[in-house]
Amino acid sequence: MMLLSLNKIEKSFGSTRAVNDVSITVNQGEFFGLLGPSGCGKTTTLRMIAGLETPDAGSIEFEGRSITNLPAERRGFGMVFQNYALFPHLNVFENVAFGLRARHKSKAEMEQRVAGALELVQLPGYGKRRVDELSGGQQQRVAIARAIAIEPALLLFDEPLSNLDVSLREQTRGELRELVTRLGLTAVYVTHDQEEAFALCDRIAVMVGGKLMQTGQPRELYERPAEISVARFLGRNNFIKSMRLSSSNSSDGEFKTLEGDHTIKFEVNHDDLAPLNKPVVLAIRPEHVRLTAPDTSVTNSFKAQVRQVVFAGATSTVRVDANGLLLEALVLQPNGLQVGQECSVVLAPEHLRLLRNE
Amino acid sequence: MDHTARKLPVLLLFLVTALVLVYGVLYPNLAVVTTSFQRSGQWTLANYRDVLAQRVVLEAILTSIGLSVFTVALCAFVGVPLAFLFERYDFPGRRLFGALAALPLVLPPLVGTVAFIFLCGESGILARTVQHLLGLETSPWTLRGWPALLLFHTYTMYPFFYVLTGAGLRRVDASLAEAARSLGASRVAVARRVLLPQLTPALIAAALLTFMTSMASFSAPLLFGGNVRVLTLEIFTARQRGDMTIAVTETVILATISLAALVFFQRYEGTRKFVAAALKGATRRREPIKSGGVRVMATLSAIVFSVILVLPVATLILVSFAGDGSWTTQTIPSQYTLGNFRRLFSEPQSYEVFLNSLLMSAIAAVGALAWSFCVVTLLMRRVRSRVLGPGVRRILSLLILIPWALPGTVVAVSIAEAYGQPGSLLGSFVLVGTFWILPVIYFLRFMPLVVRALQASMEQLDPSLDEAARSLGARVWQRFARVTLPLVWPGAVAGTLLAFVIALGEYVASVLVFVPANRPISIAIASELRDFNLGAAAAYGVVLIGIIAISMIVAGKLERWRA
Repeated sequence: MMLLSLNKIEKSFGSTRAVNDVSITVNQGEFFGLLGPSGCGKTTTLRMIAGLETPDAGSIEFEGRSITNLPAERRGFGMVFQNYALFPHLNVFENVAFGLRARHKSKAEMEQRVAGALELVQLPGYGKRRVDELSGGQQQRVAIARAIAIEPALLLFDEPLSNLDVSLREQTRGELRELVTRLGLTAVYVTHDQEEAFALCDRIAVMVGGKLMQTGQPRELYERPAEISVARFLGRNNFIKSMRLSSSNSSDGEFKTLEGDHTIKFEVNHDDLAPLNKPVVLAIRPEHVRLTAPDTSVTNSFKAQVRQVVFAGATSTVRVDANGLLLEALVLQPNGLQVGQECSVVLAPEHLRLLRNE
Repeated sequence: MDHTARKLPVLLLFLVTALVLVYGVLYPNLAVVTTSFQRSGQWTLANYRDVLAQRVVLEAILTSIGLSVFTVALCAFVGVPLAFLFERYDFPGRRLFGALAALPLVLPPLVGTVAFIFLCGESGILARTVQHLLGLETSPWTLRGWPALLLFHTYTMYPFFYVLTGAGLRRVDASLAEAARSLGASRVAVARRVLLPQLTPALIAAALLTFMTSMASFSAPLLFGGNVRVLTLEIFTARQRGDMTIAVTETVILATISLAALVFFQRYEGTRKFVAAALKGATRRREPIKSGGVRVMATLSAIVFSVILVLPVATLILVSFAGDGSWTTQTIPSQYTLGNFRRLFSEPQSYEVFLNSLLMSAIAAVGALAWSFCVVTLLMRRVRSRVLGPGVRRILSLLILIPWALPGTVVAVSIAEAYGQPGSLLGSFVLVGTFWILPVIYFLRFMPLVVRALQASMEQLDPSLDEAARSLGARVWQRFARVTLPLVWPGAVAGTLLAFVIALGEYVASVLVFVPANRPISIAIASELRDFNLGAAAAYGVVLIGIIAISMIVAGKLERWRA
């Protein structure tokens, strides 16, 4: 069931267009991610959902009603800020009770709900503490408790884990997801960390340069990025500039690489994506590039030379040069691979993606 | 809520701000300028021709400017080396001087002047000591004219250079000097080409403050200027004579010089601002002085300068206990009594003076605090509104700055001129001769301090706190009462206290427009001094300093508490 929808919203600051024609829908109970590099407009989008900014154009609807011009204080959405924004002059209890006081709740109800919220974030009995006595992780949990204490209709997160160190971040991530699911809340979560977004979110909208590029489930985005910018942002890729050759069979595409002059065979689903005799981009992830002993009998295998072997613990990156076409391969064990060694590089057709160029 | 409803509070704040600025700054200053260019209802330059034709006035203008230029030079000469010594090196006695260095800044000018007379005057303690030691017939010197004024100005205004240079030195990124050294620059070259350019903004700011304060100086020229006539004094005597047109014309001249100086210095400062390129700098550690001889010298100088700073105040305290007529030709008073203080607190006409000043200063300070909240809210960049473009904000800031930049004499004359008689254009009301004239003038003169303090506090406030409160459902007033106010009040109250204590000792403007039924402390001190009740004058000064000291300690505590 659709809970929140953004319809063609736009926002500019001065001459910079921060958010450009973005439409998003978020369903009830969904954990929705806004992912993108810094400056892509994801935080501005979140702030418009929160009511902290007003869109220049477009509308925002919640439960079927327009909330485009409703002030933040009337929306009833909980928000967790990047720097937590805990009130430094109030103790933990008063921070968590802040929204309840604004709603003029009775003392008994307030105490019960604050205690409940602190229990949920595993900080029972911390009410009397000053916020500056808490560790970063604890402050972060107080910020979450404060946001859920008002029983929000929607929970908004603005990069809430970015100030935590790596090990704590992964642990908190798991707890956060569990908490939101347990309470049956709907969440919109802004992050620039794809791993975090993949681990947390049911669906993700990828934004680049103020525009919405693609929306989908994490796996879908990773495996089938539609745009070159999405592919570039999500994990590593080999981009191969190619030209589609005319062919008798329309679904059986044949591409000529601009570098290295290789022929790549690849089944095209939509003809309109790959017009004939025009440059296009093919992508393949390093983990899908196979290196074999010299052998060119397999489909899409070319002779290459090892240029560099970079050891990185569990995996190694091997850079090879196939007649001017530079490719990266991720291998588990670079056994016996030497710089300068001849080999074959195989680009399996099932792992190749044809990308829309921006 | 629709758009107009959300704009309403902003509009209201704007109205309050604008009313005060129009009635308090714009209208009085325009009234003064208008009057100076008019004679019997006709536009004319005749007033200026008449005023500038008088030798005395021309001389006063040149004297004021000359005195200020020399004051700036002397204060820099004293303040900058002291800042280097006490900011960059570590030695015994450093902290003692550091704690006392800014003392002259909080001393009310009139009280400082009186203390100076008791200490350095021709019948003061120092002169008498020298006279008795050498067995001279008469006092070895007189405290009159240029040397006396320059000495006093240096004593009271050198802290501008000391404090600002010290702050500048603390800000200088030590790694820059290290980088210069590593590139082969000598110590001297580093000081000249790296350190000095970075200190320039601080030095210019100090020069500006010193120049403006010196231009506005009144108490010292009045009490020991001798035949050195400065512009503030000319305005005062013209008003006493009843030559209102001349006083007003001279006021415009004084205001023009002050504002021109402000513009000149600020323009120069603008070309010399540096933005630190480094993200994270290292502050230089104080270098301990190891060489024994130098260390002794440094310590000695710390002690000597500390004694010099404290001496005037100590003298004032000593004289405040002097018995009636017990200090005529003696080096120090011969009899000591609590009588001066007893009289101060028992006689109604004495303690009433304190009550008057406390009440008027409190009204001015609290008014300034309340009004500052309106102004600062408007000046915050977060308040977006079509009425308040950056242009309007700049004009607001400028209008607020004007009463601070203008000498107290100018503010008093312009308010007296604008609100002297009823029935003017703006439907104005009469302030002259009422209780309200002094609180209004105190408010106008010292509100820039409060605005600045509050602005600094507000700018330190993390904007996401207000946003968090919004997302939690708090309305405008709830957010103000429960988030903004609790976080900014220590800084705001500290600024208000500063304005309050300066208003308590105010003399320059008070002497021009005070009402006999409502005399402030400074007027009482001046009249006791005129009647040669030296002990009583000193006692007033000591109590005033006491109140100021307590207020400053409270303000300091609040500042620390905030941090």
